[in-house]
Amino acid sequence: MTTILRKELADYFTSIRCFILFLLVFVASAFAIYAARQGIFEASLDPGPIFIKLFTTGEDIPSLAEFIALLIPVIGIALSFDAINSERSSGTLNRILSQPVYRDSVINGKFLAGVVILSIMVGVTILLVGGYGLRMIGVPPTAEEIIRLFIYFISAVIYGAFWMGLAILFSVLFRNLAVSLLCPLAIWILLGIPASVFNPYISFIVPAITDSIGTALMLARLSPYFLFQEATMVLLIPAWRGWGLLTTSTTSSMLLNPLSLDQSLLIIWPQLTVLIALTAICFAISYVVFMRQEIRST
Amino acid sequence: MGKKIVVETQELTKRYDGTTVVDHLNLHVAENEVFGLLGPNGAGKTTTILMLLGLTEPASGTARVYGFDSTREPLKVKRLTGYLPEKVGFYDNLTARENLRFIAQLNNIGDAESQHQIEQILEAVGIAEMADMAVGKFSRGMKQRLGMADVLVKKPKVAFLDEPTAGLDPEGINQILDLIANLSKTGTTVVLSSHRLYEVQRVCHSIGILSKGKMVVEGSLDELSREAFAEGRYRIEVETAEPSPQLVEVLNKITGVRKVEAKANQLQITTDSDLRAEISKVVVQSGVPLIQVKIQAFSLDDIYMRYFHEG
Repeated sequence: MTTILRKELADYFTSIRCFILFLLVFVASAFAIYAARQGIFEASLDPGPIFIKLFTTGEDIPSLAEFIALLIPVIGIALSFDAINSERSSGTLNRILSQPVYRDSVINGKFLAGVVILSIMVGVTILLVGGYGLRMIGVPPTAEEIIRLFIYFISAVIYGAFWMGLAILFSVLFRNLAVSLLCPLAIWILLGIPASVFNPYISFIVPAITDSIGTALMLARLSPYFLFQEATMVLLIPAWRGWGLLTTSTTSSMLLNPLSLDQSLLIIWPQLTVLIALTAICFAISYVVFMRQEIRST
Repeated sequence: MGKKIVVETQELTKRYDGTTVVDHLNLHVAENEVFGLLGPNGAGKTTTILMLLGLTEPASGTARVYGFDSTREPLKVKRLTGYLPEKVGFYDNLTARENLRFIAQLNNIGDAESQHQIEQILEAVGIAEMADMAVGKFSRGMKQRLGMADVLVKKPKVAFLDEPTAGLDPEGINQILDLIANLSKTGTTVVLSSHRLYEVQRVCHSIGILSKGKMVVEGSLDELSREAFAEGRYRIEVETAEPSPQLVEVLNKITGVRKVEAKANQLQITTDSDLRAEISKVVVQSGVPLIQVKIQAFSLDDIYMRYFHEG
């Protein structure tokens, strides 16, 4: 598997696809820095740590956190939509599978290579914005903020891994590249768009199905996009109280002081678990289908 | 049959959408032999090879390579076998050398060891000069040669070659055939599928003819040709300057000679064994100028066509 991982990584690093994605990431970070510059002064008046506000503030342009939530599915899908079927159509798949390697190590190797690339992209973005932001505001991050950022980084990678797993699944299922690209994209739009309009609240979008915020929230939580958004908000805006079942009476008596790190973690733990579970499901299906598939070069 | 059978199938069957592609196939390949799998398009040659490699699951029956079940223990089988697919594909962005190194790594062959080996193999298949060129720029024939190299890198005990000479120029075909012949001499059993009879005849020790997924006939090449045409006997043609009735009589007396027919200055002799030496001696002793003696060889073409007319 390490051999396949190494080869895939080498392929990625030399590919134009990756170059373009890196470019995209840099542009996104540039925008995010610009956005933070616009909004940081106002945001710094709110309670809570200042440094991580760099990642969530933006006036007219979306903040880095929003950028990342939008970009990661694209990166994940772009990296993996042709993982298996391009090998199949170029006739390399049967050559590799006639070597003494397990079939799942082909999928694993490709997946891990994608995760490595994705981690580098997300990591670079966070460091870039963090670095420039530090210069800009001159307030160093506290240890807690660094840990929060690191957990945010991990959850972003898990979120990306889900999209990669999904894209790999479709590349196993369909031999046509266009189909295997469009399917995960369609799912991304389907799951992403409704959840992205979470302001003002999801009940606005799904009033036909339900009038209870609780049910609406449950529906929205089916979407990995929404789950990741929630995790991001909790992690990066410690004072944020979530879209829970908060009635006006509770909100009015609520103190808007930031949550401690362990409390934040406690809140987002289910979200992360679901993301990991969704990735695992994609993988399980990919494995099962791939194991039983015919490997023919025609 | 003192030879060890290393590749065998028992009642191997494969169906696609209700159509039986391979039908209760029984196949036996002895160690260090070149076995030719013949048959028209769609006879099930490729499917059989895929099942032997464990890349396709049979509907019923078993395929074994060196005693390992290809379906249950595919990894053990794959460690021993090399496979050249019909439509061989490489990573176009990598060079020939890199492609081979990747395969060597997948087989856990150390870099130091593989490096030297790859040089030799590239030389042997005749693409040493293009070793550092991206495979994307390779022609069909060059890819085919690289495919051969790919099989050689892992030093397989059994090599499965699916149409190894497709798309090659005559010189390339010769080189590949020489390589195949060499493989069997250096301890590799070769199973090759083809429908180019001439090539099969040149390198194969034994053949199996497939038709609609069934084995029509299996056996060594000379056995088959004799069975097909001379009821298990040899036919020797003797060309002399002027055949005489006495000569026919003398020839008839040699033990093992079954029948002598004279046609103009040709004698057709049917024998139980290869009696060329005795026959030429007798002819020369009888004082008749001998022009040539040859044993009639049947081309595989004849055998092939014959079985297909029958079947």
